[in-house]
Amino acid sequence: MQTLIDLEKKINSELTTKINKTEIKHNQIYIETDKDDLIDVILFLKTNSDTKFRQLIDITVIDYPENSQRFEVIYLFLSHEFNQRLILKYSIAENEIIPSVTSIFPSANWMEREVFDMYGVSFKDHPDLRRILTDYGFEGHPLRKDFPLTGHTEVRYSEDQKKVISEPVKLEQNYRNFDYESPWEGTKYIKEELDNNDKKN
Amino acid sequence: MTKKIKNLNLNFGPQHPAAHGVLRLILELDGEVVEKADPHIGLLHRGTEKLIENKTYMQAVPYFDRLDYVAPMNQEHAFALATEKVLKIDVPIRAQYIRVIFCEIGRILSHILNVTTQALDVGALTPSLWGFEERETLMTFYERASGSRLHANYFRAGGVHQDLPQGLEEDIAKFCETFPKIINDLESLLTDNRIFKQRNVDIGVVTKEDALDYSFSGVMIRGSGVPWDLRKSQPYDGYEKLEFKIPIGKNGDCYDRYLCRIEEMKESVSIIKQCLSKMEKGPIKSSDGKISPPSKKEIKQSMEALIHHFKLFTEGYRVPKDEIYTAVEAPKGEFGVYLISDGSNKPYKCKIRAPGFSHLQSMDYLIKGHMLADVPAVLGSLDIVFGEVDR
Repeated sequence: MQTLIDLEKKINSELTTKINKTEIKHNQIYIETDKDDLIDVILFLKTNSDTKFRQLIDITVIDYPENSQRFEVIYLFLSHEFNQRLILKYSIAENEIIPSVTSIFPSANWMEREVFDMYGVSFKDHPDLRRILTDYGFEGHPLRKDFPLTGHTEVRYSEDQKKVISEPVKLEQNYRNFDYESPWEGTKYIKEELDNNDKKN
Repeated sequence: MTKKIKNLNLNFGPQHPAAHGVLRLILELDGEVVEKADPHIGLLHRGTEKLIENKTYMQAVPYFDRLDYVAPMNQEHAFALATEKVLKIDVPIRAQYIRVIFCEIGRILSHILNVTTQALDVGALTPSLWGFEERETLMTFYERASGSRLHANYFRAGGVHQDLPQGLEEDIAKFCETFPKIINDLESLLTDNRIFKQRNVDIGVVTKEDALDYSFSGVMIRGSGVPWDLRKSQPYDGYEKLEFKIPIGKNGDCYDRYLCRIEEMKESVSIIKQCLSKMEKGPIKSSDGKISPPSKKEIKQSMEALIHHFKLFTEGYRVPKDEIYTAVEAPKGEFGVYLISDGSNKPYKCKIRAPGFSHLQSMDYLIKGHMLADVPAVLGSLDIVFGEVDR
């Protein structure tokens, strides 16, 4: 495919009902789909000779705690052949189990483990779904919006027990989140002044 | 009578000089042959993404220095580009050249560290002594521009923090004249060295297909013969105006990746030279007063400038609702930032795509069937830095 517009047409005509929405911005194509169609869509994108999104760049999740479909799952793809980037996404509710793409892209293994670790989203048919970034025996999912920035536990070396123990966080001063937002919008005068200076010179 | 032999499980790290940081690699050995490798990462996890969600856009920049701490400014670059695209602001030409110069310095910093420590892992001490002297010189350039040797905090959305001090351009130009000789010296120690070749040739071979499947980028994919460099294919900040070549490997083994890195350092020197000759005097940050803080002189004279300064450093600027993925060619590969802004002064989410994460993931595939002694060689050629893998 030469341009993103061609690609958008191609995807819409080939996958029709499996695609909910397509959009082009920032020179990238954004596609929305459903959980059940995920594997079909990804297989198409990877294998079709007009798309060839051969590389999975990353998988991530965005947490919107106020929505009923709480998590938005994001897949980033890259096609070396056509030099194009594609962003695929779909929404799921909390506790929903989503299909793993490790059988299509082996590199999804750790990316899905990270999503599981950080957001608590479970994957079906994942070969080895363990925590990856957090400590052994860690509880909770840190990147969820309702997880506090300071965490729940802290570790220290206990002189009595002669080992590292974890206990609830105790801070001398609680973490303070200042709300600096104001209706201030700044002014344009600096730019005007500089433009005037340029004209003078 | 046959006796059943049980495989040996070996913990490689987290405290091991050849693990390049805090990697716990659990190896299953059959004699001296590695059957399975299970890397345990996260020992340096600091929750960078969570912290960024709680900071304004300007306060988020220093966290990027602490990812791949060997080439700090390349990371800042990805974040700056992402914010600029969402804010739709332009970067002055001089600022673009300054950023390219410092990104290429970062590339040299990273490649020197990698090439020399890889040599150290396979038994050569001298290259690291020679290479680190040059890194020290480069870090003084960082210090003179930003005030800090490592954690620069120099790139801003819309340009850079401050202009280069007097004399720095000349000194970088001088360095560009002397440094190629050092690369040649390093090459004379390693490239044809019998031991270095025995330890690296045909070790950790990656085929083209597997390089794509395992999400490799940077030298890891170029070493396998895929001509892919974001500076060429998706140019940013004036890379399209510069002339440089993309070295690619043939066999995809550790030795080819070493050769790619050496050649890339030479190209970086040429890029820096071109930037220095093309660079002219001019502004170094966006003239948009809503985003760039006013100069010290203005603050002393104008009440409005003082208010701007105060508001920019407390509230920060607000970024319109949008989502964008921006990637740069960092020394280790494709470093990307997936930024979700919600119209407030803090990012709603900032996912960091670190190249080392996908590279380390393939450790099991790369090392299966190799000898135990090849583990440091393969690990060295992956160019892992735990700041970015663990985030």
